[in-house]
Order: sequence, then structure tokens, then C-alpha cells
Amino acid sequence: MTPAAATRRRARSPALASRAVLGTLGLLGVGAVLEVIPRTGLVSPRYLPPSSEIAVALVREAAGAAFWRALLDTAIGWALGLAIAVVAGVVLGVVLGSVRALRAATASTIEFLRPIPSVALIPVAVLLFGAQLRSVLLLVVYAAFWPMLLQVIHGVADVDPVARDTALSYRFTAWAKIRYVLWPTGLPYIMTGLRLSAAVALILAITAELVIGAPGLGKEIGLAQASSAVPAMYALILVVTSVRLEAAA
Amino acid sequence: MTPLLDVRHVRKVYDGHGRTVEAIRDLSFSCAPGELVCIVGPSGAGKTTLLKCVAGLLAPTGGEVVLGDVRVDGPPPGMAVVFQEYGRSLFPWLTAWDNVALPLRQRRTPPGELRRLVDGALGEVGLADVHAAYPWQLSGGMQQRVAIARAIAYEPRILLMDEPFAAVDAQTRADLEDLTRSLWRRHAMTILFVTHDIDEAVYMGQRVVILSASPTVVLEDLAIDLPGERDQLATRSTPRFAELRARVYARIQQAKQRSTT
Repeated sequence: MTPAAATRRRARSPALASRAVLGTLGLLGVGAVLEVIPRTGLVSPRYLPPSSEIAVALVREAAGAAFWRALLDTAIGWALGLAIAVVAGVVLGVVLGSVRALRAATASTIEFLRPIPSVALIPVAVLLFGAQLRSVLLLVVYAAFWPMLLQVIHGVADVDPVARDTALSYRFTAWAKIRYVLWPTGLPYIMTGLRLSAAVALILAITAELVIGAPGLGKEIGLAQASSAVPAMYALILVVTSVRLEAAA
Repeated sequence: MTPLLDVRHVRKVYDGHGRTVEAIRDLSFSCAPGELVCIVGPSGAGKTTLLKCVAGLLAPTGGEVVLGDVRVDGPPPGMAVVFQEYGRSLFPWLTAWDNVALPLRQRRTPPGELRRLVDGALGEVGLADVHAAYPWQLSGGMQQRVAIARAIAYEPRILLMDEPFAAVDAQTRADLEDLTRSLWRRHAMTILFVTHDIDEAVYMGQRVVILSASPTVVLEDLAIDLPGERDQLATRSTPRFAELRARVYARIQQAKQRSTT
């Protein structure tokens, strides 16, 4: 081993540890700054309470049943919507990806519908379902469906022609073609689609709750804001952020 | 003897994007049961197109392919194909053993029979000890052996091989040629072997069908009157081998010149 390599090896694990330490320090630093700014009067504490107050509000929220119900509502809206979008995206993606004529016939429609921001559908959701879970689902499914669909279509198109010919010449059943050729090829694409869809689904779940008033964390944020419970509002925003980090990972 | 495989006036025109390409003009030949026939032609002669038409993977524009006494209009039962691109033909997410077993599972082969066939086929190609290996853990030659084992285990009446050894090194290639001939003799299969290599065609075949350049026709259907027992060194150094080789070579050169002028 050369001396340089030895140094590098010794340096690696402390580097990893110090990265975690630095990351924690960074967060604590931001917390400290947010504590100081309102206290010095740079920003009015009415609109940006010190982080210690936010922490206290967070503890108080976590002690109440309403908070956990809201968290559960959001999780249900997110997970259910995501599940529907994923299943629909995979099934339709496989069908559209496999049948060339169908793909050609739908390509322009998809390109037309896909860019519609899900948020623009809020009035439709309100008219159709009111402030209910179904409104949330409509928005979440619409937003999460497109990334999934496009990934699956690309995945199906990626099937190797030689592998396909092999499956054909050995007279694989339709199920075996899907199980042994299509599915393994498409799986990485599906995982990518899942990550994209999961992130966008949560944004839409919170948005729907906040704007429409369907039960969930978004609605609680709106209520906290309306009743000038500013520290509680920030506490809930923190919760949503951590939920999002979980969903993305 | 009635032929097992009969290729009758097959024509294939690729039509698309306002451009038509006549890949095959008019091809007719046949294979008797148990025959090993080599198809040789210059590169771009539509050999792969022909093989795909025979395999039922591609519909000919004109003419027909008859296997047994059934017209081929899709991959027929009792036919196996070994592709040149073994790396893409084997499923990388299955072990060697499962790759060989998968086509048999499609036929609902009983488990005992399945195990016997797969173990037997892998043993015959000299891979009895790599059942659990994945294709990407094997060398190119070994991967093609797995593909050959898969075809053998399928017990086909006819085996199509599309330039199967074009992508392996010379030593492996000689081994695989001898392996294929010994499997052919043991299993009494019919083999249609497509290659661009004249030496390989003469060494392997009982007959060599020489194709022209595209648009393709049959230039000559040449019987190879070498003894059945072939040996890489002895057979290739006989005067008769050299004569036959020279004859095929001259034919293909002629065809090339005609197509360029």
C-alpha cells in the first residue's frame, strides 16, 4: 500500500462521520439564527416566532389527538392516491407500450393532458366532491399518474428485441412474456416512476387539504394560520417537511 | 424423402418511411429430416431476414415456409433458435439452469422430466457444474453453451442457428463447432446453420446453400461430400476440403462483383 493510499483509507471514515456532524451543526445553526432574528426584532415575532416557541408548539400539537388524526388523513390520501396512480400507470403503460397503434393514437392526447397542473383541477374537485378525501384523491392521482405512465411506456419500449424474439420462438405464454421479459426490464423504470410520483403525490395531498379544506395536515396548517396560532403553523410545516423527506427516501 | 423444412419462393421486401428495400428476391431450398444444412452468403445478404422468416418471427412478403406439412405463420412448435447475440438472448435475471428450464415450463413439462432434460442438456454442453451461475458471470463461449443447452433441452425437430459463433474467439469457436456437430449426430436433429464464414459452412454442413448479395437468390446448393466424422485439423487439411472451400469462395466473390458492377 502506498503511503498516500494509506492516508486516504484512514481519512475516509472520519470524513463520513464529520459529514454527519457538519450536517447536524448546519441545522442547529439555522435553528439558532431563527431564534435570534425574531428576538432582535429584525422580523416581528408575530410572524416568525423564535424556534424555541415553534418547538414548544410542536410538542403541544403532538400531545393532541387531532394532530395524529390529521397526519393519518394525509397519509391515507397520499398512499391511496399513489397506489391508484401506480396501478393505473403500470397497467395502462404496459398496454400502450405494447400496442404500437394505440401508442401512436394516444401520444398527442397524453402530451396535451400531462402539462395541466393538477392544482388547476381544484375547482373541478370541489364541484365534484367537496371537501372530502375524494377531492384529494382526484388531485393526487392526476399528478402522480403521469410520471408513472411515461416511465412504464419507456420501460416497455426498452425490451431487448433479441430477448423478445427468444420468448416468441420458444412460444412463451402471454403471462410468461410479461413475467420473465417485460417485468424485469421495466422494473427499474417503475422504481424511478414510483419515486417521482410519491414526491408529487404528497405535494398535491397537502395542497388539496390546505386549499379545499379536506381533512389532513394541510387543513390544520390553514386553521392554525387563520386562528393566528403562528408557532403551531410553523410546527405543522416542519412536520410536513419531515413527512416529505420520508416519502422521498 | 419428403423434406422437413421447405422454403418456397420466399421474398421479403421491407417497406417503410417511403423507402422499399428488397432484402430477399426469391429463395427456395429444403432440408430433409436429420440434415445439417449451412446457409452461407456475403454480409448483408439477408441471412438473418431469411432465418427470421423460417422461424416465423417475420412474415415473408411472398412465397411460403412449410415445416412438416404445416405452413409457418408464427413460431411453430418443435423449433428452437440459437441467436448470435447470446448475451441478449439469455435472461440475465435467471440462472443458467432456469434459463434452460424456462421454455420447458411453458410446455408444462412435469418436474421430474424437466430436471432430467435440463441437467442432461447442461451436462452435454459441458456445463454440469455451473447450474447456479448467472449468465453475466460466464464467459461468452459458456453463455452460448447455455443457449445451446436451452435449445437441446427443448428437444426440437429443427434447430435454427443464426451466426451462433460469430462473436466468440477462434479457439472457442472450433470447440463449439465440434460440440454442435456431436449434438446433431447424437440427437438426430435437423439443423439449419446460418454463417458468413465459408470455412465454417464447409466444415459443419452436409450441404451448403450459397446465397447471393441482396436482393438475395440461391446461387448454388452444394453437397459436401466430406466424411461424416470431422476433425478440426484432419478435415480442414484434406484436399477435398480445400476444393470445396475454394468453390464456395469463388461463387461468393462472383456474386459480390456482379452486385457492385
